[in-house]
Order: sequence, then C-alpha cells, then structure tokens
Amino acid sequence: MWLEKLSLLNFKNYEEAELALSPSVNAFTGDNGAGKTNLLDAIHYLSLCKSYFNPIDSQQIKNACDFFMIQGVFDMDGSNEVISCSLKRNQKKQFRRNKKEYQRLADHIGLFPSVMISPNDVSIIIEGSEERRRFIDNVISQTDGHYLDELIIYNKNLLNRNALLKRIAERGQYDPELMEVIDDQMIASGEKIFEKRKAFMSVFIPVFEKHYKYLTEDAEQVELIYDSPLFHDEFAGLLKKSVERDRFLQRTTMGIHKDDLSFSVNGMPMKKFGSQGQQKSFLIALKLAQYSFLQLKKGYKPLLLLDDIFDKLDDKRIKKLMQMVSHDDFGQIFLTDTNRDRIEGIFEGIGVGLTIFEVRKGVVQNEETE
Amino acid sequence: MNFSSRLLENAVNEFSKLPGIGQKTALRLVLHLLSQPSEDVGRFSESIVRLKKEIRFCKICGNISDAEVCEICTSPKRDKTLICIVEDTRDVMAIENTNQYFGVYHVLGGLISPMDGVGPSELNIEPLVERARTSPVQEVILALSATMEGDTTIFYIYKKLKDFPCKISTIARGIAFGGEIEYADEITLARSIATRVPYGV
Repeated sequence: MWLEKLSLLNFKNYEEAELALSPSVNAFTGDNGAGKTNLLDAIHYLSLCKSYFNPIDSQQIKNACDFFMIQGVFDMDGSNEVISCSLKRNQKKQFRRNKKEYQRLADHIGLFPSVMISPNDVSIIIEGSEERRRFIDNVISQTDGHYLDELIIYNKNLLNRNALLKRIAERGQYDPELMEVIDDQMIASGEKIFEKRKAFMSVFIPVFEKHYKYLTEDAEQVELIYDSPLFHDEFAGLLKKSVERDRFLQRTTMGIHKDDLSFSVNGMPMKKFGSQGQQKSFLIALKLAQYSFLQLKKGYKPLLLLDDIFDKLDDKRIKKLMQMVSHDDFGQIFLTDTNRDRIEGIFEGIGVGLTIFEVRKGVVQNEETE
Repeated sequence: MNFSSRLLENAVNEFSKLPGIGQKTALRLVLHLLSQPSEDVGRFSESIVRLKKEIRFCKICGNISDAEVCEICTSPKRDKTLICIVEDTRDVMAIENTNQYFGVYHVLGGLISPMDGVGPSELNIEPLVERARTSPVQEVILALSATMEGDTTIFYIYKKLKDFPCKISTIARGIAFGGEIEYADEITLARSIATRVPYGV
C-alpha cells in the first residue's frame, strides 16, 4: 500500500498543490513556515480522518476560504483507491472512498494505516499518564474495532460511579447494592480492556526494545513497563478495598483508568534523567514499534511520516535511523527538514530512491534526485 | 421577536417551552388558536388544566390513571401474578398495543443513571419490592431498554428481588423480525448467538 498522488485545495497555507509521490522516500524541504509539516498532516488526514496536530477541523481551512479538500490516490496491491476528505465551513466533514461517502469514519480508520513521528510526541514522556494511555489506546484501536467500544462503555461506567460517589457524599446515604451493580458493570469492561492491553504490550515491548537497541547501538539501557492496578489484585477486590477511600475522595481511585507506562533510562526515570536526544530516540523507537505492530496486524506496511526528525539527534543515530527505515521492513516514507543538503548527505550511500520536494510558502516544486 | 400585544407574547413564550417548539412555531400555534371559536379554545385549555389537576398515578403500578387504581390493575381478566416492569407509560402503551400480554405492569418512571442524578430512590422501585413481598407474584418480566442505564436498572432490581420465590426474566434481545443477519450490528449478533434458544415447533 502506498500513496501515489496527493492533491490539496485550500488546506492550511496551500491554495492548490498536486504531488506525484515516490513509493520509497519522499522528502519535503524548505524554510520555517513554508508548509512542510502541513503536507504530512494532509497525509495523516487521509489515513486517520483527522489532523495529528489540531483537533479543530475548521482551523485547517486556508484563511478567508470556505472549504478545504484533500485527495489521495493510493495503490493497494496494484489497484487504485481514491480517498478524499473535504470540509465546508460549518458543515460536517465528508470522507469518500472511490467517490462513495462513508457513513461512519470509524470504517475508514485502519484501512490505510500511518505512523507519525513529530517533535510534539515528547508529551508522551513529559506529560501526565493520560497521554501514555492515549498512545496505547490509539495503537490498539487501529487494529481492534471492539477495543474502542469497550473503552467508551468503561468510561461511561466510570462517570456513573463517580457521580454516585458524589451523590453519596451529598446525601449521606450509601446504597451498597447500587454500588455493587455499578462495580460489576465496570469490572466486566475493565477486565476486558486490561486483557487487551496486556496482550498488546507483550507483543509491543520486545519490538520496541529491538528497535531501540538497533538505533542506539546499545549506548544505554532503556526500559518500558506497563503498569496497571489490575496487576496487583483482581479488579473486584481492588474496588471493594478502596471503597472507603473512594467515598472520601468522591472519585474512583482504582481501575484501568489509572494504567500507565513507565519509561526509564539506565534505571532512572526518562522524564527527569533522559537527555533530549535520548528522549527523542526513545520516542522514535516507540513509534517504530507502533509501526511494526500495525504492520504485523495488517499484513502490509503503514505509511511513515517523519516530521523534523533530525533535530536533536546525533549524526550516528540519524544515519542508523535512515538505514533502518530505508530497509525492507519499512515502506513508503515522508519526511520534512529545513536543510536540503543534510537530507542529500544522509541518503548518500544508503541506496534508496530519494525524491525531494522543495516547499516555498505553500508552493511545492517536484525535483527528482536519485 | 417584537409583539404588538403583551398577551400574545405571554402565550407564545408559554408554548415555546414545550419540547420541539420554537418561537416561530409557537407564534403559528397561538395565532391559529386565536382564529378558532371560543368554545374550541375553552375545551382545549380546560383539557390541559384538568389533565394536570385530576390525573393520578395508580397506587399499585405507578401508571397514569384516572382513578386511584388504574384500569389494568382493576381488570379481573388480568393475571396479577405476572408483572412486567417498564420504564414509563409509553412502554405500557407499546406493550398493550401488541395484544399479547395479559399480566399487569409496574412503571418505574425512569432508569437508574447516577450521571443524570437519577438513583433508585427517585424511581418507583421500593413499592415494587413491597409488591413482590405482599402479593403472590409468580414471575417478573424486566422489559427495559437495551442500554447501559437499562442494564444497570435490571441488575439492581434483580438484586432486590432475587430472594423472593418469583421467577425473574428479561425480554429477549436479538435480531428483529424481518431483519437480515448481515445488516445486524456486531454486538446484537454476538449476543444473539451467545443467548441462542432451543428450537421447537
């Protein structure tokens, strides 16, 4: 699966653009604010129906225009698939596959998978556990349609339980039977999610470790651990034990909504002791593991979107990374950089087809360099 | 909107409080009433006033009724040992329209949803337990919506009633009549298979 053609209309800073892409490495170079990342984001739209950077669709429309449109022609085992996404101001986003509109965007997600690596990812390390759960949830739900449904049910149950805890505190009357009913429902969905996360992690962690080792040539020891309260006891027991505390705090303190990933470098927390370069390497390995996982589940190679990836990495790691992704394990790649010479230098001697697009203020020039 | 009359404005404001009625529709309805004969409008307003003043809730089942006990609960043809538990009056009407049910009802007046501030004490659940305790009930049918709130309520009522000697059942959930399997959603279909029934003619 690869993207042959990308056309944009009134998207971000592009009035109109059309790119004929290469099945191997596509590089977008240009100055700050030229619109390199916007091209990656457009591809992200075609893959996941939304922007990677901004959840508000209407802000993707070019200034003073009424609509935007992104169209991509994918090659899927030799046959063409035309995907288009358009948004008129104050209307619903429309998503079409071969001119037929989707009833549910969820039906599209996962068909043309992609993985974006961007400087924003550092939030996975430095922000709260919610960001890390979001990462896990994103990866699993791209390969398991039921996961998201289960998660929605769990979250609704959680809201219900918290509302009940507040009610109990306000009215001073505790109905253990009602609490038990809500608990049972939460346990049913919570345990399913826990099992799915556990199964995912057991595949994901070894792949992550392999990628990190390769990338850094064993320069440092890193560890990725999945932690959940459900590892320590059964969910039912946890809820029972914490009921007094929950009533005091008026919220649920135990459950899979407390799951977290812990990242460490040489035995110390990555957030506090990892250098910026180490953190970046860690995130890249994390995202590449996501890539490998998607590939394993889908049976074909996702698109790899690399935004400003060379920043903060040393030359050795950059070279390693590019050797790695140019290998057979990875398919079509899109990357952005401000420095054209650097890109050409890096790919010299790697022996893959490199196509460079010069981007200037929302205008793309296609120049072949082999 | 600018009104030429205070009376008109008041009437429009009252109408637009109704569900699904905006200012423009309200104005249309009010102007229509104004053009009708006085007797018609009198009957209209009287029926609303009497509705609110005189209507009662059956003290046995909680259904809307003219008398202290509703017609279904007083009917000698009805099987008093079979109770169907429903969310509200609309569900009673829906089941009555099938002409297939000859037991009595119990109207909860809502479903348990702590998120929306509805707990068991806001619902007609305690009288149900009392009913199961004091009258010879053989079977209770839980005919509640297949939503999360419905499930919570079913589960809660089950816990309250499980020590009584009556049978507790729920309405079947699965493929609708005339429905094709390929168009059934996955959750319904999975559940239909998990809770399949033995076939007999």
